[in-house]
Amino acid sequence: MTEAQPILSISNLQTRFATRYGLVTAVDGVSLDVMPGECVGVVGESGSGKSVTFASVMGLIKPPGWIDGGSIKFEGQELVGMSERSYRSLRGKYIAMTMQDALTALNPALTVGFQIMEVLLAHDSQISGSARNRIRKARARVIEMMMLVRIPSPETRLNDYPHQFSGGMRQRMMIAIALACRPKLLIADEPTTALDVTIQAQVLELITDIRQTLGMSVILITHDLGVVAEYCDRVAVMYAGQVIESGPTKSVIGQPSHPYTQGLLRSIPNLANLDKRIRPIEGQVPELIDLTPGCRFIGRCDVREEACTQRVEMRNIGQGRTVRCIQPKGNVQ
Amino acid sequence: MNKAMKCTAGTAEQYVLLQVNNLVKHYDSRSGLWGKITGNPGSLVQAVDGVSLTINRGETLGLIGESGCGKSTLGRAILRLHEPTSGSVTFDGTDVTKLDADSLKKMRRRMQIIFQDPYASLNPRKTIEDIIGTALRLQGVAKSSDIRGCVTQLLENVGLKPDHMTRFPHQFSGGQRQRIGIARALALNPEFIVCDEPVSALDVSIQAQVIQLLDDLKRELGLTYLFISHDISVIGYISDHIAVMYLGDIVETGPTKQILTDPQHPYTQALLSAVPRVDGSGTGDRVKLTGDLPSPINPPKGCKFHTRCPYAKDECQLKKPEHHELKNGLTVACHLVTGN
Repeated sequence: MTEAQPILSISNLQTRFATRYGLVTAVDGVSLDVMPGECVGVVGESGSGKSVTFASVMGLIKPPGWIDGGSIKFEGQELVGMSERSYRSLRGKYIAMTMQDALTALNPALTVGFQIMEVLLAHDSQISGSARNRIRKARARVIEMMMLVRIPSPETRLNDYPHQFSGGMRQRMMIAIALACRPKLLIADEPTTALDVTIQAQVLELITDIRQTLGMSVILITHDLGVVAEYCDRVAVMYAGQVIESGPTKSVIGQPSHPYTQGLLRSIPNLANLDKRIRPIEGQVPELIDLTPGCRFIGRCDVREEACTQRVEMRNIGQGRTVRCIQPKGNVQ
Repeated sequence: MNKAMKCTAGTAEQYVLLQVNNLVKHYDSRSGLWGKITGNPGSLVQAVDGVSLTINRGETLGLIGESGCGKSTLGRAILRLHEPTSGSVTFDGTDVTKLDADSLKKMRRRMQIIFQDPYASLNPRKTIEDIIGTALRLQGVAKSSDIRGCVTQLLENVGLKPDHMTRFPHQFSGGQRQRIGIARALALNPEFIVCDEPVSALDVSIQAQVIQLLDDLKRELGLTYLFISHDISVIGYISDHIAVMYLGDIVETGPTKQILTDPQHPYTQALLSAVPRVDGSGTGDRVKLTGDLPSPINPPKGCKFHTRCPYAKDECQLKKPEHHELKNGLTVACHLVTGN
């Protein structure tokens, strides 16, 4: 793995928004590498900057927001500051993103078949010839994609509108749209949050299957550590706009090093050991306006000290793990 | 009146507080005026289809199931927020379904609900004092001069500050709003609370705070909960007993430990094995379900689960399974689990 070049490399990304309450630093110095074929989980609570980070990658940050610094490289190509025109040829074709809420992300006035076909007609060079020919070819591909995401009787269902689909099927349609051009990188933003566990398992296994057959990389944005534990190779934990811990999933979840990751894991009831009491993290996520330079977690941390009021940098603690804490491992439990 | 400590703590003896018998809630749109105008025949939604449950005083019954299975409708039908179609709900010896409006209003002091969405369930135009105090005023349990004192006490009980009283809901975070919803449910000093997905809208760390609050309150005030959730780890943590619901029916009930470690109904098995586990213990022989939950408008005949059941036999399509009580305390409605 050390030899391979990362397919996506985010370094020191800063994304800010000007609001009437002040300057919001939604993403503050995020660095993350994704290797080809890898599945990386990004976990964090609402407002931790997960979605904004990847909206930045997709070039979807529009005023009053802007990327204030850092770089995003996709296969070596710099994306920050790229023209909208170049972005258009990239999005959907090489990098695809599925949005969190499948009902609002699909256009209710267009059939689902058309919404997949649109991507193919825009990007797929194999679909050529006369207009009629192109539509015929694209339609065949649409059916193929719908079969891939296991929609029953795709020939008839492609003429249906999003409201005629269940939540799980809509989410699978989103995945079909995202995968239509066989991208190299899929960013799945909370693909299963709105779904029941049995459907969640179906969707996540589908993503894993397709990842293996197409050899693409996947970034799975979620707030569910269980999902990360089962489906991701590596994990990055975000808090208040920063990555505070990252590393191989097993080792991060088995031996969390940052007090926030530890607290998060203690907050989840353990089904295997129900007598173990949960211990919530007290307090709330800080407002992202006018932040102090120190550690973002300081107000909720049990082991804070004087030095935590200074800026805390990411530190390498070996075995591919990094942590943003001045005393990592200080209180591994 | 001191709201907090009036109730005695939960008693040790088994005492049935709530008995639900064959409760049915159908939503019928077949005979409406709109149907006559448009010629649309309408439909019969069989949201809750003959559910029986027992909850002992001081215990928590966890009700779990996928969205659309009728969990919330059941919770609301028990409180008569939705009028049940048939069946009975016996609360402490009184059949709630037969009460007239006056007696029902009195009964509501003893039965309350916490709603799912803390953003939609608080009136944005009212202060917190109004939101929590309204029930006290309407029920006439506190004089208007005492209401402020009661609200102060309630806010402290749920971990908020008394000076939050003059604020409006939008000034609070999701977790704080849910605390307000809990304070409102506690205002009348109830014995029984339906918690309808009280933590689903919250982040993990905040979710844990609210679960712990509900658990502490239950112990301190001797409350009895019907806890509705789709999250098995939350249900497993807070419940003494669990009932698993599928498409309007209860398919399996039993003590939490038995349900979680040795579930008998194929649906419970599938539901449990679909949960991703942090410790990785859930992987391995996963019982996979295909397809979606069928519509309660036209539920499958026989066992409603047979369309998705990996073990379904011919019998399952023809006959609705009866509830069998097994030796280990589970009650299961499945043709393949007979208990012998």
